[in-house]
Amino acid sequence: MSQGKHLAHIMGGLMGKINTAANKDGIIHRLLKWLRSGKGQRTVIIITFMSVPLLLLIVFAYLPFIKMFEFSFFNMKYIGERKFIGLDNYRDVLTDKEVMNSLKLTLYYLVGSFVQLALALYFATMLSFKTKGGSFFKGTIFFPYLISGIAMGFMFRFFYTRGFVFDTVLTWLGVELENLPYWLRDKGVNNMALVATSVWKYMGQNMVLFIGAIMSVDKDLYESASLDGANRWHQFCYIILPSIKTIVVLNMILSITGSLSAFEPPYVITGGTRGTSTFFLLMHNMAHRHQKVGKASAMALILFGLILIVTIAQKLIFKYALSDSNEDISKKTARMIKKQRAKEAQQ
Amino acid sequence: MTIKQRLFYILRTVIKYASLLAITFISILPTVSTVITAFKTKEEYATTNVMAPPRSWAYFSNFVTAWRDANMGLAFRNTLIILVFVLIGSIMFAAMLAYILSRFKFHGNEVIRNLFLFATLIPGIATQVTVYQIMHTLGFINTMHGYIILMMGTDVISIYIFIQFFENISVSLDESAIIDGCTYYGVFFRILIPLLKPAIITCMILKGVSTYNEYYMSNLYLQNKTKFVTVSTSLYTFTGPYGNQYNYICAGVIMTILPALIIFIMCQKQIYSGLTQGAVKG
Repeated sequence: MSQGKHLAHIMGGLMGKINTAANKDGIIHRLLKWLRSGKGQRTVIIITFMSVPLLLLIVFAYLPFIKMFEFSFFNMKYIGERKFIGLDNYRDVLTDKEVMNSLKLTLYYLVGSFVQLALALYFATMLSFKTKGGSFFKGTIFFPYLISGIAMGFMFRFFYTRGFVFDTVLTWLGVELENLPYWLRDKGVNNMALVATSVWKYMGQNMVLFIGAIMSVDKDLYESASLDGANRWHQFCYIILPSIKTIVVLNMILSITGSLSAFEPPYVITGGTRGTSTFFLLMHNMAHRHQKVGKASAMALILFGLILIVTIAQKLIFKYALSDSNEDISKKTARMIKKQRAKEAQQ
Repeated sequence: MTIKQRLFYILRTVIKYASLLAITFISILPTVSTVITAFKTKEEYATTNVMAPPRSWAYFSNFVTAWRDANMGLAFRNTLIILVFVLIGSIMFAAMLAYILSRFKFHGNEVIRNLFLFATLIPGIATQVTVYQIMHTLGFINTMHGYIILMMGTDVISIYIFIQFFENISVSLDESAIIDGCTYYGVFFRILIPLLKPAIITCMILKGVSTYNEYYMSNLYLQNKTKFVTVSTSLYTFTGPYGNQYNYICAGVIMTILPALIIFIMCQKQIYSGLTQGAVKG
């Protein structure tokens, strides 16, 4: 019997209880009997185990989302009057110069995350082969990921201060202090400085993911490949890259949504001053500093739309473009090698 | 090996270790400079270069001051309470939901799975505008329980890790227990939960890291900093009166990082495998 029918059954039972007091005992008796049966127990556990997580999901994810949709059509603050203004918030957002500038910053973060992925892939490959002190290197590269955003904010404000850590290291390398910019103030470099902190934090995490993927490649493949005279570069191109293609592409697509919602570096380091305000930070300030709740909601929904588009594109790419590579090219190669070996053995 | 191959091999090894050393240097540089500064006296900090080592590595006065002024004792206690409840709650709920979704076929199963997946697309911090109103209506602002309940909320990655795990445990195990007279609750709590240990550890690590480091929402919903300060919000104390007195700030930063470092050194393997699992399934 379906879940819906069970519910109808209970509801019917309850209604009956209210309506016909005379029939009370019979219905309660039937309800208790049903509760003791296998189907009854099944329904009860489904309801008890699911109610809390579903309630939390609705209260803290869907209800706010629906309300945000509603707010985006109003000119309103947290408290006080609100006025319906239709699509004006959306128009304001899309014609706002600051918003357009913040979307441009997304490109900085996107370039940064591709650099990050390339570095992660390089070091993951290095550390997948035998390396002296491998786990030490892995640990130190990964550790920044565990440092909280707010601690990172202080660390990098200190790091980039004029004449402090970064400048000192650069003067060790022979650069004159006068030739150096103010890393967080000069508009030419401040966004790059912020993106670098994000790369610093997340590169190690990407690397650990890639190492995990590379480790799942059949070890025999490297051996047979090197017997066939393949060098490391060949091994990388023909064994490692094909077998971790899925996770690399997934991370590339995720970095688009990540760049769109970049928030932490400017929030904790510069506070969004001097042209470092990303879309997300702009939205945060709109809501909490200027209290323009309607406009902030419209921004959030535009961001949501963009993320949705990227996600759908990702699903399509994986369904059509990558569908055959999901079956792991390295395994195909392995099978081919085995066949060839078998042939050679026969001869 | 020919000479050419040999030279190539040496070159490759040199490049490999040089690049590894370079990235390691970059990775630890911000933290090391923070440690150095945390051990300097006020005068030392004002007069010496930030990268010059401190006169004494046993000068703990900055730590004492930072601990007291940022009220870190209370911060660590609050964060510990939050961690315990959030971990127990979110892992329990995720395991319960995963059990239902993977073991029971009923109408709406697919719908509920998709509801949770779709929720991950909603940019979390963006909805805080309206979440704030809901928290306010519920009377959850400036209360520990309110913040804990909020943090327990939808943890889709844990749900997926548990579903994956349940699917690798044979259903016949449940069935034979039911035949022996076990209830569904008995199956879940006595038979399946003990088998879930590795998944529970994975989820604890992932959720533990994000809860310990969370500062945006604790800043928003635990505004009474004298009472409900957490480890990450305690650092905010340093933004105001301390300005640029980085010797105190660095000491505070180091103290918040230290627990993470200790846990990391102790369970490196679990952290790596937890991350890998969480990413692939999520």
